Amino acid sequence: MSSARQSTGFAFIAPLLVLMLVAFNAPIAYMLGLAFWDKAHGFTLEHYAGLLEAPVYLRVLGNTMRIALVATLANIVIGYPLAHWMRGLQNRARLVAIALVVLPFWVSILVRTYAWIVVLGNGGLVNRALQWLGLTDQPVQFLYNELGVTIGMANVLLPFLVLPLFAAMIRIDDRLLQAAASLGAPPRTIFWKVYFPLTVPALAAGTLLVFMLCLGFYVTPAILGGGRVPMVSNLLDTLINQIPRWEQASAISTILLIVALVIFAAYRRLDRKASAT
Amino acid sequence: MSDIRLEGVSKRYGAVAAADNVDLAVAQGEFVTILGPSGSGKTTLLSLIAGLNRPTSGRIFIGGRDVTDAPAQQRNIGLVFQSYALFPHMTVLENVLFPLGVRKINGAMARQQAIEALRLVRLEGLEARRPSQLSGGQQQRVALARAVVFKPDILLLDEPLGALDRKLREELQVELKQLQRTLGVTTLLVTHDQEEALSLSDRIMVLDKGRPQQVAAPAEAYLKPANRFVAEFLGIANFVGLEGGQTGVVRPERIRLAEAGTAGKPARVTEAVYLGQMVRYHLALENGGAGAPLVAALPFVGRALTPGEKVCVSWEAADIWPVA
Repeated sequence: MSSARQSTGFAFIAPLLVLMLVAFNAPIAYMLGLAFWDKAHGFTLEHYAGLLEAPVYLRVLGNTMRIALVATLANIVIGYPLAHWMRGLQNRARLVAIALVVLPFWVSILVRTYAWIVVLGNGGLVNRALQWLGLTDQPVQFLYNELGVTIGMANVLLPFLVLPLFAAMIRIDDRLLQAAASLGAPPRTIFWKVYFPLTVPALAAGTLLVFMLCLGFYVTPAILGGGRVPMVSNLLDTLINQIPRWEQASAISTILLIVALVIFAAYRRLDRKASAT
Repeated sequence: MSDIRLEGVSKRYGAVAAADNVDLAVAQGEFVTILGPSGSGKTTLLSLIAGLNRPTSGRIFIGGRDVTDAPAQQRNIGLVFQSYALFPHMTVLENVLFPLGVRKINGAMARQQAIEALRLVRLEGLEARRPSQLSGGQQQRVALARAVVFKPDILLLDEPLGALDRKLREELQVELKQLQRTLGVTTLLVTHDQEEALSLSDRIMVLDKGRPQQVAAPAEAYLKPANRFVAEFLGIANFVGLEGGQTGVVRPERIRLAEAGTAGKPARVTEAVYLGQMVRYHLALENGGAGAPLVAALPFVGRALTPGEKVCVSWEAADIWPVA
């Protein structure tokens, strides 16, 4: 009977499954296959060899990793205290804080990114403030370099870290912290031995999410980098729309996918180890 | 091991007093229960003693030391919550080791003490489990072991058995009492369960609206309640009119029933509740005498009376306790 129910269930699911396979998975498989194919010779690894030979590709890949890492770290440094602060707020203030964190989600990424030009430009808010304060004579160059790209990405992706962290933090029972205090633990010990470990799974998941989103970011690096901060997605854009060299683009995408999968596998391993013992 | 002394302790939230000028002295090694309905301020009182909260006024002494302004960390108190409050990311053993690690007791020495504490609560062999893998009763035992492993000056228990089912609760009551006697630790328990208060404590403080109503040994509080509130909150109270307009309390098991037509007040059985060892009869006095319905509790011997039967009700003058 249960197998009968399963097959009826399958009949309902089948159209969706076909859509998934045809619309999403097949193009990915085709794209991945493209990197191993050559019209003249069939199977080949020469596109990957090409990547290794031209240093520009590896440099862009390394660049991307570094910017993603810095933006992710900046997210943690800002996001963790922010989420912790929100946990301590009263109900109404907390609601306002959540709204302020989520609000950027509802504004187009494009608009938000251009807003940074207004803020960070040579005649922008920050530079005028710095000059007015006498901290600098010349405008500081925030835009069209790695700094601007990192600031922009950290800002755009902050909610992806703050929201899961905040959700984990409000689930921590205050009585756990009170129990730890009554057992003699000073505030620092309570934080590191009780509070922090309970937020680690959410922190890891959020960090991973932000890092992976950073790796594939297009709009913000394109605008705030002004073409001078090449990241993988911008390189892909060039390879596909301007040169065009689809095989090379496919090979780079494959490497990016593998990097993401490796990081994800490492996370799963850590997570399983943490919940198993 | 220390005594606890509260002197005029109050905690006000705006106009509301959760604790209102409470005096209490708990002797060294004594087991005292704070008993009251929800909202009576009993948990507030406990949190003030534990240092999780500061009193608006009054002083708190533990072992003669004024701890009113000391943070929880410096009070050396074993605290057990109704919700257990075990650290979910640690094993049973790690939970019990936690207060020792904080006190810089580590290694084999700490391990030995932790295992000993777990043995006291009969949990040996479960050291490597996570709290989520234990039953409610086991979790509460871990919380107890964690609260006593560092030899606290006093033990504070906040409705520790409230989340457990009845049978387990009764089992753990006995164990708790034995543990407390073995360790000889001064213990303050908070509960709304009058049976628990009566069975565990050396003395009971009955609390209502933040104000202590009576502090007495269980039997005294039960048989000689200080006022109507205590009389009604502790068990079932029959209020009878006395000469001079006073009111007296007679407990159900002091009520005597005899065949109709003999000495006593004529009454009719309105309900008979079979309780195993006892039968509880709800009675209505005939000819409207004395107003309030009575409750009698009698040992079940042979045959129970049935509703509608007529009986005669009497009680000894010595079994009446006048209340205001």
